[in-house]
Amino acid sequence: MTTGTNQTPLPVIERLIRVTRKGPVHVLLGLVGLLWLLPSIGLLVTSFRTRSASSQSGWWTAAWEGGWTLDNYDTILSSSGEGLPPPGFAKALWNTVIITVPSTILPVIVASLAAYGLVWMNFRFRNTIYLGIVAMLVIPLQVTWVPVLKLFNTLDLTGSFNGLILAHTAYGLPFAVFLLVRGFSEVPRSLIEAARIDGASHIQTFRKIVLPLAMPVIISLTIFQFVWVWNDLMNALIFVQDVNKFPLTISIRNLLGQYGNEWHLLAAGAFVSMVVPLIVFLSLQRFYVRGLTAGAVKG
Amino acid sequence: MVAVEVGKGQGLSISRLLKSRGEIWAGPGLLLLATFFVWPLLRTIWVSFHKGSIIKPTREFVGINNYTDLLTNDPSFLKTELPPWSALFNSGLWVVFFTVGVIGVGLLVAVLGDDVKYEKALKAAVFLPIVISFTAASVVFRLVFAADSRIGSVNALWTTFGFDSVAWLGQAGTANTTLIVAGIWVWTSLSMTLLSSAYRSVPTELRDAARVDGATAAQTFWRVSFPVMRPTVVVVAVTMIINALKAVDLVLVMTEGGPSASSRIVGFTVFWEIFNNNRAGYGSSAAVLLLILVLPLMWYQMRNAGLDGETS
Repeated sequence: MTTGTNQTPLPVIERLIRVTRKGPVHVLLGLVGLLWLLPSIGLLVTSFRTRSASSQSGWWTAAWEGGWTLDNYDTILSSSGEGLPPPGFAKALWNTVIITVPSTILPVIVASLAAYGLVWMNFRFRNTIYLGIVAMLVIPLQVTWVPVLKLFNTLDLTGSFNGLILAHTAYGLPFAVFLLVRGFSEVPRSLIEAARIDGASHIQTFRKIVLPLAMPVIISLTIFQFVWVWNDLMNALIFVQDVNKFPLTISIRNLLGQYGNEWHLLAAGAFVSMVVPLIVFLSLQRFYVRGLTAGAVKG
Repeated sequence: MVAVEVGKGQGLSISRLLKSRGEIWAGPGLLLLATFFVWPLLRTIWVSFHKGSIIKPTREFVGINNYTDLLTNDPSFLKTELPPWSALFNSGLWVVFFTVGVIGVGLLVAVLGDDVKYEKALKAAVFLPIVISFTAASVVFRLVFAADSRIGSVNALWTTFGFDSVAWLGQAGTANTTLIVAGIWVWTSLSMTLLSSAYRSVPTELRDAARVDGATAAQTFWRVSFPVMRPTVVVVAVTMIINALKAVDLVLVMTEGGPSASSRIVGFTVFWEIFNNNRAGYGSSAAVLLLILVLPLMWYQMRNAGLDGETS
């Protein structure tokens, strides 16, 4: 054989070897993908199946067993909320919105001011205070619940939206300040100094230079806080002791307690709660990922 | 300080103070943090030396009795009626297996899933749970692990292999492990995202050079890529250990710590003792122990943070 004929088939063989060697990798990755996707798909399919179908056959049989319906969403979202744990899902959805919107905006504003002060202004003990905030990122909220609830009882804030919104604002701050301090520090010092020398006040510098330049970080923080508050169960359980003000997460938990095996309703309810964060995630994924990778994590 | 303010200011004036002091800008935030973190933390330590209810947490001073009770008499904290499934043991399992699982799968997808044709779809699938609440995730996994093999997919598969259907969440031997699996599913999204961006920050020339020198894929990963990713891996590990210790939502919604308190973890015990059993002092002592458990991690985070530079 000449070298010429010998060389042509080699890449093919090599490619074949590479594919077979890579085979297990693809199988493994495919398996991970399925494991992460199927639980949600199972729930989605279940939410579109009738009570009898979903209680007698697995969601994976839906293709041939049938039993499809849209009624579950009708039942879950009915304005009367009849047969559902109070206050009903439609009301709970609305409550979640009422809680989430201010609980997202307030900490972003408060944290923006604090971060600007920490990064770009004279600040006594700034390093100590910043370290304290980093420490608070780690503090389990469990150590705050009893005294805060007691305080809310004294101030008559327990059972009100205002109390929960205040709690969310405060609990979101360590992460918010942490993330924004990092974001604001990336604004070039020369820009800030130039503005200050030109006679711009701190308020002007904040509004005209820092905010526009740090907007991606602020957006990612906003998304993060939004999803966090939307999905919160524990703080709502502790501070909202008024059935009429329960958010979606409590409704789902109560539905689970009331009808542990009514999968068609549970699935529809769970999906109703996921829709809004899912839309936020799909439309703003770029910012979300950026925010996650810029800061560490909130807990 | 910048020239413009030197010219204007003569002595102290309130408006000048407002314009130049960062403390005032940070004031509202610091006030909230003091009210919701610093003071409650100290107060909880005080409450932990008392016997009392949610309404009256400091009804009766009992010294360190709550702590000794928790560590020697509690039927599910350190000791347990269903060995070895005590809250501390379960938390230990969470710290180890949850953290290893979240980082393992995260690394797998971040590294092996880099540059495959279906990278976007794969990463989207793993990322998706980040928008799902613990409550909804609990519904998802109650269905996945349902005891009825006609409905629960895990049992459907299990019985196909000829085994009997298992009540994964309904028996002491499997409940905690099942919760850990659900936890891994939820949190891998975050770990994968952070590790992916760390892997992308490894210079491609480095990897190519190693490959040209004849290194295998595994060698390239461990000798070239992993050292670059190590700081991120550590950050993710610390974060996940903290998450494991604090966790409460999944346990509350999926098992309420049961059956027979066998799936309790420390973070859950705090909530359960305070709000379900109305033992504020007792629960607070568990909260203080939880705080002590996270202290080394807190120290680590603080050691690696810090502000540098001067202000303008």
